[in-house]
Amino acid sequence: MIRIANGQGFWGDSIDAPVRLVKEGPLDYLTLDYLAEVTMSIMQKLKRRDPEGRSGYATDFVDLIRRILPDLLEKNVRVVANAGGVNPGACVKAVCAVARDAGARGLKVGMVLGDDILDRLDEILAEGVSLANMDDGRPLSEVRDRVLAANVYMSAFPIAGALDLGASIVVTGRGTDPGLVVGPLAHEFKWGRDDWNHLAAATVPGHIIECGAQCTGGNFSRWWEVPGWDHLGYPVVEAEPDGSFTITKHDDTGGLVTVDTVSEQLVYEMGNPASYITPDVVADFTSIRLEQAGKDRVAVTGVTGRPATDTCKVSISYLAGYSAVGQLTVSGPNALEKARVAASALWGRLKRAGLTFEETHTEFVGAGACHGRIGRGSAAPVEVVMRVGVKDADQKKVDRFGKEIAPLVTSGPPGITGFAGGRPRATEVIAFWPALIPKGLVRADVRVEEV
Amino acid sequence: MKRMRLHRLAHARSGDKGDGSNVGLIAYDDRGYGILRSEVTAERVKTHFGDIVRGQVDRYEVPNLRALNFILHDSLGGGGSASLRTDAQGKTHGMALLLMEVDVPDDYTPPAGAEHA
Repeated sequence: MIRIANGQGFWGDSIDAPVRLVKEGPLDYLTLDYLAEVTMSIMQKLKRRDPEGRSGYATDFVDLIRRILPDLLEKNVRVVANAGGVNPGACVKAVCAVARDAGARGLKVGMVLGDDILDRLDEILAEGVSLANMDDGRPLSEVRDRVLAANVYMSAFPIAGALDLGASIVVTGRGTDPGLVVGPLAHEFKWGRDDWNHLAAATVPGHIIECGAQCTGGNFSRWWEVPGWDHLGYPVVEAEPDGSFTITKHDDTGGLVTVDTVSEQLVYEMGNPASYITPDVVADFTSIRLEQAGKDRVAVTGVTGRPATDTCKVSISYLAGYSAVGQLTVSGPNALEKARVAASALWGRLKRAGLTFEETHTEFVGAGACHGRIGRGSAAPVEVVMRVGVKDADQKKVDRFGKEIAPLVTSGPPGITGFAGGRPRATEVIAFWPALIPKGLVRADVRVEEV
Repeated sequence: MKRMRLHRLAHARSGDKGDGSNVGLIAYDDRGYGILRSEVTAERVKTHFGDIVRGQVDRYEVPNLRALNFILHDSLGGGGSASLRTDAQGKTHGMALLLMEVDVPDDYTPPAGAEHA
């Protein structure tokens, strides 16, 4: 049996969770997911600005390795992380330096390259691959000159390959989130690339734990039943070679693992439940059987899969103009009505100044910003937050908008406060362009360095 | 028949799918799942969300989890960093669906505990 945990659901998740996982209970693999779509374009920008080429990866990961390396070595826990971002080489270099300082001579650190196709885009387009937008079919040429990052969601097998070569730490760039679990299991159980049911079965726990505490009580609808919010346990998968799994967490941690908490995470970001597509397999989520197998233990069985498709998904991000968002708090009798007056004063003043925008947004937090008119009832709020924003290709216009908010405190209806943090400034809007690439054009490269 | 908010008989989670979102709605028992299947149609979900969802609503059945999965197209005002909304990722859409009222047979009592969810 192999134990795999996830200690990071996104870059910004708890910095202590992975430390606790290696200290608080038994573990064979620690996985860490740092990459959201927007993260790749931010990293690409950092990498471009750094003349020495040392930026563009999740620096938190290096700090983490410094903290947990002694435990990893003592307990023989291996780490698989997509911390490489758009510069896995620099990340591995930094990790090796930390390991050297800690005296971990002989430690092998692996990396998976090949997901970053930004420099190959024109070559790929020249091969006749349109990289058309999966949602609406538009050709990439529409935004080609504004592309910031382009990364393929890679197969999990290069991760298995790095582990086969003896790596104790594997750093990747973009891969699928469940691949962080599928890779180690394909390595441990020697699964083949056409072992569809096993690959599908491993994809399911990979999906369940990819968002950290979201399967152990975090974001759970029955929040009042969750014990120990201040020390929520992060998830651990116990995997058997036959493709059956148990989702659990370490003893004496907060949170809970039940069929309900696991079901909620299974439907998270779900599309067609019968076709969960990864580069390695198409998993059928309607085949999953869940069963409570003890306190904080849920057994996952019965998963079936179908052959993988002949394409990989590419996540392309591009610059789509500028935006700014600002807010004021409006209080007292008729707070919502006063907030509406304040907002209309703001837009009227901008119009008189000759400014219009591609997109504007007005919402009132406390009075339907998230839920619209759903469930609002008739009670009038005594305070609301007026939140306003604009989007436009012209950065100067967006900055000008940011100067029109504070004046409302003294030149608007009464009871307005909360102008903190200064004038909002224009920030880049990053939009996404999902596309498909034939697998024949994807080149995975696995390297292992010894400390 | 009696009227009941969905949070009494089901739980939910939502997240983003490009410029849309998905809401997974999970019944607490088999009878509750039957009620969800007949009451929570794609059309009613579209009406419930009003201006929040600009596109169509697709519904998938996931009987092994007693769940329905709804895809709410064009529901994020651009999605990700392109959206100006507080909830640019549809994280709250599950909670919004749980506020929907449905008709429930008089003799159906959902599991206790979720009255004040």
